[in-house]
Amino acid sequence: MKITKSHEEEHPVKAFGWAARDPSGHLSPFNFSRRETGETDVRFKVLYCGICHSDLHNIKNDWGFSTYPLVPGHEIVGVVTEIGKKVKKVKVGNKVGVGCFVGACNTCDMCSQDLENYCANMIWTYGCTCYDGTTTYGGYSDFMVADERYIVCIPENLPLDGGAPLLCAGIAVYSPLKHFGFVKQGAHLGVVGLGGLGHLAVKFAKAFGIKVTVISTSPSKKGEAMDYLGADSFLVSSNADQMQAAKGTMDGIIDTIAVAHPLMPLIDLLKSQGTLVMVGAPDKPLELPVFPLLMGRKSVAGSAVGGMKEMQEMLDFAAEHNITAEVEVISMDYVNIAMERLAKGNVRYRFVIDVGNTLGATQT
Amino acid sequence: MAKSPEEEHPHEAFGWAARDQSGILSPFKFSRRATGEQDVKFKVQYCGICHSDYHSIKNEWGSSTYPLLPGHEIVGVVMEVGRKVKRFNVGDKVGVGCMVGACHTCENCENDLENYCPKMILTYNSIYYDGTITYGGYSNIMVADERYVVRIPDALPLDAAAPLLCAGITVYSPLKYYGLTKPGMHIGIVGLGGLGHVAVKFAKAFGVKVTVISTSPSKRKEAVEHLGADSFLVSRDLEQMQAATATMDGIVDTVSAQHPLLPLINILKPHGKLVLVGAPEKPHELPAFPLLLGRKMVAGSTIGGMKETQEMVDFAAKHNITADVEVIPMDYVNTAMERLVKADVRYRFVIDIGNTLRAP
Repeated sequence: MKITKSHEEEHPVKAFGWAARDPSGHLSPFNFSRRETGETDVRFKVLYCGICHSDLHNIKNDWGFSTYPLVPGHEIVGVVTEIGKKVKKVKVGNKVGVGCFVGACNTCDMCSQDLENYCANMIWTYGCTCYDGTTTYGGYSDFMVADERYIVCIPENLPLDGGAPLLCAGIAVYSPLKHFGFVKQGAHLGVVGLGGLGHLAVKFAKAFGIKVTVISTSPSKKGEAMDYLGADSFLVSSNADQMQAAKGTMDGIIDTIAVAHPLMPLIDLLKSQGTLVMVGAPDKPLELPVFPLLMGRKSVAGSAVGGMKEMQEMLDFAAEHNITAEVEVISMDYVNIAMERLAKGNVRYRFVIDVGNTLGATQT
Repeated sequence: MAKSPEEEHPHEAFGWAARDQSGILSPFKFSRRATGEQDVKFKVQYCGICHSDYHSIKNEWGSSTYPLLPGHEIVGVVMEVGRKVKRFNVGDKVGVGCMVGACHTCENCENDLENYCPKMILTYNSIYYDGTITYGGYSNIMVADERYVVRIPDALPLDAAAPLLCAGITVYSPLKYYGLTKPGMHIGIVGLGGLGHVAVKFAKAFGVKVTVISTSPSKRKEAVEHLGADSFLVSRDLEQMQAATATMDGIVDTVSAQHPLLPLINILKPHGKLVLVGAPEKPHELPAFPLLLGRKMVAGSTIGGMKETQEMVDFAAKHNITADVEVIPMDYVNTAMERLVKADVRYRFVIDIGNTLRAP
């Protein structure tokens, strides 16, 4: 009878973090282990890790494929402590990050185009089966080991806490802005939802010099959207008059909403030939009205983070334009409360766990 | 008091129209405008029956006004041209498709995309610039602005060319616009009817690999041996569909009935596009995850602009592409509609207007 090794024993190097044990999603201290630093690996001490809504979906098994124990976290930043002998990208002491994935096949059509995020064999940073058959563990932990290809360099002038959410939320909106051609002179972009992804979409879009309208269910977010984030206008999606007046005015829309919601009013906002890009992942299917797509040659597409090359490009762009996330930094032991608040959208706009300073104290 | 259809214009005309939602067509006298300086007047020889004609006569879209005279795959021979008409002469073989007007000033019109103009005027059941209702091609003569008339090259037989004016352009346009014509690509065509069969012909002419996806296993032989498709998938066969996972660059979906999109999204490669050209009455269910995980797209398309319609007709002439038609006499039209609803036609009915439409 084969006895599977315990999480503490399956790899040679001891590690510590917080994990969910079951779909209650309750996180608590967890001893496990990580692999040794291989020749192309980078090991770094985790300083901060952003809390992404996907973390919440995963710990609660909302998508039905979670395996436990689950150590979430895929907006991970820290400082390099060891590099494998073939590593060229970084040195000990450099500030680095890891986002949503830590591996891919590296040979397919997608990988050869620097689109590892669309590789059929892409390996997620947590909750996924790694090359050696073990499960991956994410950034709510003391250190990370990842292949050099999946490490990004955090530019010097980017603060680590505000920079961490760029590694998922940031790239999730930056990539479609570029890929779907929304970044052109005179373009008008809609951003649906003003949360972790939405607020960064506004910042990036304004840095690209395009007109931005935020579409939200919350009238209270208008001041923030326009006065602080720089959006050009704001639509309350339940206000039929406002939505009517804005019909046919947008070249593109980035929809960050992670629950099922009506698409028809959003499709109506598009000009003909416009594209609605979904970056939020509702678990239930949406209703797609067909006539409006046909009559305006409009399209609905999806987008999921970005490849490693684009992630680095995005970070460098963010550094150049002083774009960071608006964050609420919390201690490790606040994480369960943070998850409850996140479920209610009660955060402006991303929780970031101060792993470096507060994880250690929770280890007994 | 509004003038009757017979009196509103100076020139007598006749055709077959539906009087109410029963959709039953019968002889109908009406009138056409005098040939304006930019107009082309032609004797109608043939008119294709499009599924949209059926939807319209039955008021399935809720926007029909009666009497409704359908037909927007209209071909014939020019009888008269207005004095400013440059592109056509008496005797030319011409056609009119789904539109007869637009605003001509918006961005879409300026880019030769009259079909996306918010003020586009349909060939039938629409209000023309002069406030009168437009009547379509199940009639003896048509008058249309030169901009909305295409030349039918001599190489194309008129009866089999008629369906190109709606079915043809409806599939040609998205193949081009969504970049699905590069040799080596693999394109799926869903549905083997009026639109689907022409889509296979165009796609093969572009040099792409074509797989027909259909609910009817009986159509395999036809698809592969007659139309030249490279392969055939039965959409309800889960194993076949599974084996085709992530193999197609694009899919043109001609089916207008409700059907699941997920199996089609799954057979797209990453970055693949599912283009809908059929319009079901109810919304489709759209699963979000598969779109995100492959950066895939679901898009729509409807007919094409006039410039592209002419380009399509010329391409068809060059590659000997016509529709597979069943030519019928005018008085068979109601039976044809009943058969059309059961998809009992290979693949388009075309009314022999010139020889069988008689004055009431």
